[in-house]
Amino acid sequence: MSIKINESPYEERVQQGIENDFMRLAVSSAQGRFRSRKRIQETELGNWEDWRQLGAEIRKHTVENLDYYLQQLSDQVSKRGGHVFFAATAEEANDYIQNVIRKKEAKKVVKTKSMVTEEIGLNRALESLGAEVVESDLGEWILQLDEDPPSHIVVPALHKNKEQIRETFAEKRGYTGSDIPEELADFARSQLREEFLTAEVGITGCNFAIAESGTITLVTNEGNAEMATTLPDTLITVMGMERIVPTWEEMEVLVSLLTRSAVGQKLTSYITSYTGARLDDEIDGPDDYHLVIVDNGRSKILGTEFQAALHCIRCAACINACPVYRHVGGHAYNSIYPGPIGAVLTPLLDGYENHKELPYASSLCGACTEACPVKIPLHEMLIRHRQIIVEKEKQAPMVEKMAMKGFAKWSSSPAVYKLSTKMARLALNPWTKDDIIGNGPGPLKDWTNSRNFPAPSKQSFRSWYKEREKSGEE
Amino acid sequence: MKVSLFITCLCDIFSADVGKDTVEILERFGCEVDFPELQTCCGQPAYNSGYLTESKQAMKQMMRAFKHSEYVVGPSGSCVGMLKEYPNIFKNDPEWEDEAIKLANKSYELTQFLVEVLEIVDVGSAFKGRVTYHPSCHMSRILGVNEAPITLLKNIEGIEYIELPIKEDCCGFGGTFSIKNAAISEEMVKEKSQHVTETEAEYLVGGDMGCLINIGGMMQREGKTVKVVHMAEILNTTK
Repeated sequence: MSIKINESPYEERVQQGIENDFMRLAVSSAQGRFRSRKRIQETELGNWEDWRQLGAEIRKHTVENLDYYLQQLSDQVSKRGGHVFFAATAEEANDYIQNVIRKKEAKKVVKTKSMVTEEIGLNRALESLGAEVVESDLGEWILQLDEDPPSHIVVPALHKNKEQIRETFAEKRGYTGSDIPEELADFARSQLREEFLTAEVGITGCNFAIAESGTITLVTNEGNAEMATTLPDTLITVMGMERIVPTWEEMEVLVSLLTRSAVGQKLTSYITSYTGARLDDEIDGPDDYHLVIVDNGRSKILGTEFQAALHCIRCAACINACPVYRHVGGHAYNSIYPGPIGAVLTPLLDGYENHKELPYASSLCGACTEACPVKIPLHEMLIRHRQIIVEKEKQAPMVEKMAMKGFAKWSSSPAVYKLSTKMARLALNPWTKDDIIGNGPGPLKDWTNSRNFPAPSKQSFRSWYKEREKSGEE
Repeated sequence: MKVSLFITCLCDIFSADVGKDTVEILERFGCEVDFPELQTCCGQPAYNSGYLTESKQAMKQMMRAFKHSEYVVGPSGSCVGMLKEYPNIFKNDPEWEDEAIKLANKSYELTQFLVEVLEIVDVGSAFKGRVTYHPSCHMSRILGVNEAPITLLKNIEGIEYIELPIKEDCCGFGGTFSIKNAAISEEMVKEKSQHVTETEAEYLVGGDMGCLINIGGMMQREGKTVKVVHMAEILNTTK
């Protein structure tokens, strides 16, 4: 059980991503759509920067007072007939949920989209009990049929095109229709309807848990959360411990920021809110309700310089803005949390050892930080990760360390530096032709495999300036 | 007005002409330019790679070099952006924090200085040709300089300005990123090159030498004829 999705090395995953033309086309056109729609929504709402600031403050306040709000949430849910379980680890969460399923002797579980259940590997845990687990989010269902991990936190099957989806449906479910999206969706709908009606247990994730009332809020565009939360007798919510808001008022602000930032929608088609179990005087809701609050490494982040990473509302705006993600796709990150937020979060949750390349998978262009609706300084956190990898974890390559030692010497000694400006052209002369370095040495090799590098100027600027000064100014 | 030129190591070594143009532009507008010889590199290659200790040595050198300057002006959004980060980096450092704040406060990128301090929106240059502009990420997102370069460009006599598609996207340079993740960097710069081609521009202008070396190197390898030039060069084309 891990956040990781495969075992191949980083370079291989990157290469696979770059060579996957279908995926890249699908990803880049989706990014283009999401980004332009987001921009339209920002303008439509007006004062976007103020809204971001408000979002950031709400998240900061909530995470700073997480203990208080978790207690409040827990009290409210208990008051409403629900069972609350705090899971310190993925194993604890899975064990608890397994027990619920076992007690119910449930054969079928229907789920809504949930990244935290991916993170803890819940499906495998439940399948090991012999229960059938059905994903009801269209994207997740496609991936489940295809046994493929998600590549995006909002649009999990982003890397697939409609033809590939048609093939999956045909192969796994005997679909005979076309690859017209409406027809594909119709087919999925009819297949899933049966699952909703026969499942004994529903499991959902959580976009926002409202502490003051113990209410769970989910945003979907498919209405599957309505089905999953109302049809089965037993309902389980799995939430990361930071997915919380104080009151309905903050929920409204954050939902608006979430849907606008995620998919460029004013609101999603459905916003589902449910509270606890069915009480005696109520006509709907589950008979049995469980809220599983997952820590799994999150509380370790509290109080550190990475605390703001817990402000994330999982909108994926950073992923949609990221040019690195565009070219390599989500699977290259080897984490169920890809893109910039994944590169920040994954090493925190699962350690540097397995993910030490991720903080470097960014040109530090800052598009992520700019896109984030709650102003998480993502690219700055990537730099901080790099510092830890170099200085604390000592996992940087030896050549790089030597080069940086040299850099320090060079840049702190004007005499050494000046000499290098004089010698640079001569030093690179063996690789230079017509002022172009086409096949460079050492660190320039990978660069010059694909593009040229310029030769140093015939005369450095500083030497020109010196001469100009001497000649007494024209 | 006294202005100290922050040449940046890339321009010093690889594009001396950009430095010369920068000096001439500043002098054209009455600035008294000096070049503090103690300056080296802003420290960004080490800082962005996670080598905080090593980068600080470069940064201290820069603070020493510009200690007595009134204004510090450099032809790079990225390197000036780095100087602006010094106060965060030397926060609570009794010896250097003040120096860091002083340097950050008096540092400007060239176009930013022209527009914000000298209040010049038309440099009085003339240039004939179709020109597009790549707003480097650190210039626009870190330094927040978006309008100044475009305003200055558009006001050049004879210029035909064409906006670059998805201009805000990174070109894939990213300093050591282009070496450490050369394969991804390559895909990013190929895409940027494609966008430049789509504009049918004859010139690509930018305010950061790193990005220009990257995009220019790719376009040259692809056999494209677009000329990649620094903002300072185009601003210094006299009538």
